[in-house]
Amino acid sequence: MIALADVTIAYGTGPRAVVAVHDLTLAVAEGEAVGLVGESGSGKSTVLRAIAGLIPYASGEITLGGRRVQRRRSTAERKMTQMVFQDPYGSLHPNQTVDQILALPVAIHRLDRGEARIVQALAEVGLGPEHRYRYPHQLSGGQRQRVAIARALILEPRILLLDEPTSALDVSVQAEILNLLARLRRDHGLTLLMVSHDLAVIAHLCERIGVMSRGHVVEITTATAMANNQVTHDYTRELLRSNAGFDRSGADRNLDVTAA
Amino acid sequence: MTSPLLTVRNLSVTYPGDDGDVRAVRNVSFTLGRERLGIVGESGSGKSTTGRAIMGLVGHPGRIAADELRLGDQDLRGLSEHGFRKLRGKRIAMVLQDPKYSLDPVMSVGQQIAETHRTHLRSNPRDARRAALEMLEAVHIRDPERVYTMYPHQVSGGMGQRVMIAMMLIAGPDILIADEPTSALDVTVQTQVLAIMDELVRGRGMGLLLISHNLHLVSSFCDRVLVMYAGQVLETCEAGKLAEAKHPYTRGLLAALPQLGHRRADLPQLQRDPTWMADLV
Repeated sequence: MIALADVTIAYGTGPRAVVAVHDLTLAVAEGEAVGLVGESGSGKSTVLRAIAGLIPYASGEITLGGRRVQRRRSTAERKMTQMVFQDPYGSLHPNQTVDQILALPVAIHRLDRGEARIVQALAEVGLGPEHRYRYPHQLSGGQRQRVAIARALILEPRILLLDEPTSALDVSVQAEILNLLARLRRDHGLTLLMVSHDLAVIAHLCERIGVMSRGHVVEITTATAMANNQVTHDYTRELLRSNAGFDRSGADRNLDVTAA
Repeated sequence: MTSPLLTVRNLSVTYPGDDGDVRAVRNVSFTLGRERLGIVGESGSGKSTTGRAIMGLVGHPGRIAADELRLGDQDLRGLSEHGFRKLRGKRIAMVLQDPKYSLDPVMSVGQQIAETHRTHLRSNPRDARRAALEMLEAVHIRDPERVYTMYPHQVSGGMGQRVMIAMMLIAGPDILIADEPTSALDVTVQTQVLAIMDELVRGRGMGLLLISHNLHLVSSFCDRVLVMYAGQVLETCEAGKLAEAKHPYTRGLLAALPQLGHRRADLPQLQRDPTWMADLV
């Protein structure tokens, strides 16, 4: 469903270009959920943005749904790939009601039955009709993220790109959103590509996990292998250790840092 | 048992709202000795407000009331702003979430650390500089001389937080309040920053109050944990035994966490019981 072949993504051009992702190759089958983990600056969000067509890529090929896509996407290609961002406080227009937020993609893509689609999208993400005419500031963080998910779903995409969809949320709300995403994936046969720094969150939703560091995928493993500590790369081990919480016995390792 | 470094009894913080007062913190009591005490809770539970109340940072129109709020043998209730200024940095210090916002962007990090030394210990510039360099070394920065002259935008998040810790500890406070000190950092860096904080706080026999939403982190790092919900402490338990917590809220939170190696189709969602909101006395 998603295939990246030797994709290199750079910000800027010429000698000052910063290469954020080097020669990345990754394939996601239809209906599969794949996660990308890594620390800030590792390029994981950049990959999502390039797949969504938000930023150009320098070289390589991106294939979505069996067709190679160009930098300029057709309406149908954009409809097929939708994205949910990290911060539901920043990704929703503050001066538009939920109704307006959901009506916009319907209008842009000239879809029929706008009214019915909005009602259905809200119901699918567990929001009631009473939320439809509210502004984002009148909603909680979890409700806002539901609106952002509804906005992506209303176009009936086949691919959902999730950029840290729960990291701005409380633990109890995170569980609700993760359950919602799992259900939507089952019901709609969605292909998911999710980015997070939280290994447990990724492993909960995704079968396969790519570990990124400094613009490279250093290892592609599975959630099961991660859980059983069967990983090969040192960096992945380091991530696993850090995710397990604070370990006083192992804490003395490499404390020293030099100035960047 | 020696007398606690910090005693808090029935602390309440109230903000006036449109529909009557909002009680952000309700009758919170605890003592802090030479230990690591964690406060966990979700957003809005009052955990940060508790920390700020101890620092005297609840501004108008918020109101603080307490039966007892004592730092060692000093009563903090009704202490003037001038009085608090002498305490902050000297006897209680606070590390906040994001060093990008808590460091002064137009002053080199070394000067900022030295300034704390000069203010509280009335030292001369040369001594302050030497102390700041020693402190940078203590937080495991390899080339202190170079980092001393760097500005906050030139250092990474992890190093920025080391600088914050250095600045907070240079005047030798009794208590460090760390409010989500590692939430803005990458997981691998988090562990390093925590290890440094642990080393210094233990080495100096200080008390540490760690405020966080991260249950794993608090239970693996602290000695004791207070669980806050809607402004109250619902439960206090030994950190290592958080998994055996009794209160349904704590249990619900733990269950709602996705776990590596324990995959479930659906995560149990927290069912909030309205009785948790009622005043506990």
